[in-house]
Amino acid sequence: MKPIVRVEGLSKQYRLGARARHDTLRDSLMSVLKSPLRGGRGAGETLWALQDVSFEVAPGEVVGIVGRNGAGKSTLLKVLSRITEPTSGRVELYGRIGSLLEVGTGFHPELTGRENIYLNGAILGMRRREIGAKFDEIVAFAEVERFIDTPVKRYSSGMYMRLAFAVAAHLEPEILLVDEVLAVGDAAFQKKCLGKMGEVAREGRTVLFVSHNMTAVNQLCSRAVMLSDGRLALEGRTQEVVAEYFRAGSDGGGERVWPDPKRAPGNRRMRLRAVRLISGGHVNNEPDIDKELAIEVEFWNLVPGARNQAVNIYISDATGTVVLSTANTPAANSVEDDWFRQNHEPGLFRSVCTIPANFLNEGTYYVTVYLVTLGPISVEAEAPQVLSFNVFDTGVMREPGAGGRWDGVVRVRLPWRTEPLTPPDAATGDDAAGGAAA
Amino acid sequence: MDLTTSGSASVLKPAAALTDSTGTAPAGESAPPTLPESPLVTIEPGRATGLGSMRDLWHYRELLYFLVWRDLKVRYKQTALGVAWVVMQPLLTTFVFSVFLGLLVRVPSDDVPYPVFVFAAMLPWTFFSGAVATSGNSLVGSSHLITKVYFPRVIIPMAAVGGRLVDFLVSFVVMALLLAFYRIAPTWNLLMLPPLILLLTLLALAVGMWASASNVRYRDVAAILPVLVQLWMFASPVVYSLKMVPERWRALYSLNPLVGVIAGFRSAVLGHAFDWGALAFSAAVTLGLLAFAALTFRRMEKHFADLV
Repeated sequence: MKPIVRVEGLSKQYRLGARARHDTLRDSLMSVLKSPLRGGRGAGETLWALQDVSFEVAPGEVVGIVGRNGAGKSTLLKVLSRITEPTSGRVELYGRIGSLLEVGTGFHPELTGRENIYLNGAILGMRRREIGAKFDEIVAFAEVERFIDTPVKRYSSGMYMRLAFAVAAHLEPEILLVDEVLAVGDAAFQKKCLGKMGEVAREGRTVLFVSHNMTAVNQLCSRAVMLSDGRLALEGRTQEVVAEYFRAGSDGGGERVWPDPKRAPGNRRMRLRAVRLISGGHVNNEPDIDKELAIEVEFWNLVPGARNQAVNIYISDATGTVVLSTANTPAANSVEDDWFRQNHEPGLFRSVCTIPANFLNEGTYYVTVYLVTLGPISVEAEAPQVLSFNVFDTGVMREPGAGGRWDGVVRVRLPWRTEPLTPPDAATGDDAAGGAAA
Repeated sequence: MDLTTSGSASVLKPAAALTDSTGTAPAGESAPPTLPESPLVTIEPGRATGLGSMRDLWHYRELLYFLVWRDLKVRYKQTALGVAWVVMQPLLTTFVFSVFLGLLVRVPSDDVPYPVFVFAAMLPWTFFSGAVATSGNSLVGSSHLITKVYFPRVIIPMAAVGGRLVDFLVSFVVMALLLAFYRIAPTWNLLMLPPLILLLTLLALAVGMWASASNVRYRDVAAILPVLVQLWMFASPVVYSLKMVPERWRALYSLNPLVGVIAGFRSAVLGHAFDWGALAFSAAVTLGLLAFAALTFRRMEKHFADLV
């Protein structure tokens, strides 16, 4: 079948110097003075975010694009959605394309839900007529009917996300590019989003779906493409690609450090420095089931007087199911992290989250770390499945005379008590009566 | 054009059936749409600013409308006086200049009361300086849009100028009141206002486009721009009359495209004779600047998402 998306030898090079934030005239003048023959801008360090990537997508297909951070997924989506130009290669699109690299792009907190629907729709390339026709549907999907004329700054973050996703979900391009929109919101809403994506796929539209959520990729996509260091590493059936993704990801060691802040996950507000697993007093990715496991996250805050920053950790199992998510926000903590309520000057910080002993069942788990600013939530840095660990069953919960393994994702010791409800003679009397009737 | 599968690429066929816990039915259940013969969009280095860009701009015209509407709405919502600020700013500056230059220094004002004389030029000037300042910072201020969504980037400085244009039109009400107060009768010269407004808008857009694009690469532009704009006011006949400029400097002075436009506004409102030569020259310089700004913008546009 003729492809609807055709990517041929696509490459994208970034000059790291050119991406520096404080690019001033003085810097340029200085580089002219230092090396007049190089024509103004120093060659600097270069990075190939994409290198000779080729693939094709048939109409109606839902293709997952997976890969580690920095593998080139986002660059690929940015090139496909014409946000940035490739350095070489070409892409042919045989249909209208719509991209969803973020939900709520252009939402303004002062404007009402109604106003933001129109504004956001226009930004995503919808016509006013189109938005008007789908308006009620969007509002119903977002479940914000009562608040539609309230400024969105008064919305809860859940409502905000629902509304933002609802507008985007009603885009109707022939090719839809989606990046990570399912990473937010509560479980019920995530399910709804997945359902909507499935619906889009059933309508025969083509979807390119970038996600770290392997469960979602597994459920939605028939095929997947894996990128690694800007190159196409593998393409094939989703299950095979996802398996390879997990296999390649378990780097072992229980520690991940980014010595160069410029290459660490993050932006100009926050950046990661290290993620570490500590158990039994040392860096360890094979914690015993009856030992605490501490997850240390070291990061830089780069904003003077920063407020509402938080560290957010997800732990998922080998199938991609999220076992738990947690953050150092007061409502989510048993011991409150004073840090959260304080204002911070730029500097290096370390957050430690402790997972209790006798809690996770034996098996392999993946740690995902986000640095976020709350209200409304903005993800500053993400390190998906940055570490993995194996919980080792020491046999503490093995009962003499019973089986070795307890089923379940968690294996918690819970309080139990059994007490008699009726006097022994009454119980036997009932039984006797029942027995007689039979 | 060769549309067969190339050696390095392989076609990903839809899976025959795909079922899962969310109940996703087989992919591609409905018939796939018939595809056009040639690609709708081709992405290549150097293609982002191809001939299709005007068509693109037309397609996104509603976005321009919505961005202008958002700017106005947010600006008026957040300030206590709202729309009153639009007229307060030129009124206050006019008051200050009327006291210092009109009453104290007694600058000649072409035989009309100095406040009217200044206000007739202060209105277009306020629009121009506001539009240049807002659009100059507009691209950097919209980095969240530029890095996440595709649309013709030029819409952003255009929307910034558009918002100020609406303010400008609103403030004409005050001009009318002021003319009535000083009993200055309207003349047929008012018919020149629409072309003058168009000319001034194009000039503001030219400077704004150039400044916003340069600002993405060199943030120094944001620092120097207000200073230059301030100087520009004194290099234009806003608080004094064109006639005060000595004849032998007039040619050099008129290189400033604002000279013809600002003097033209004053003539249109106060019913004085137009300086057609200066106006024609302003128009020519404006069109030249607009072409230059458009070319600069197009050249730099493709790097915005990587730099901003």
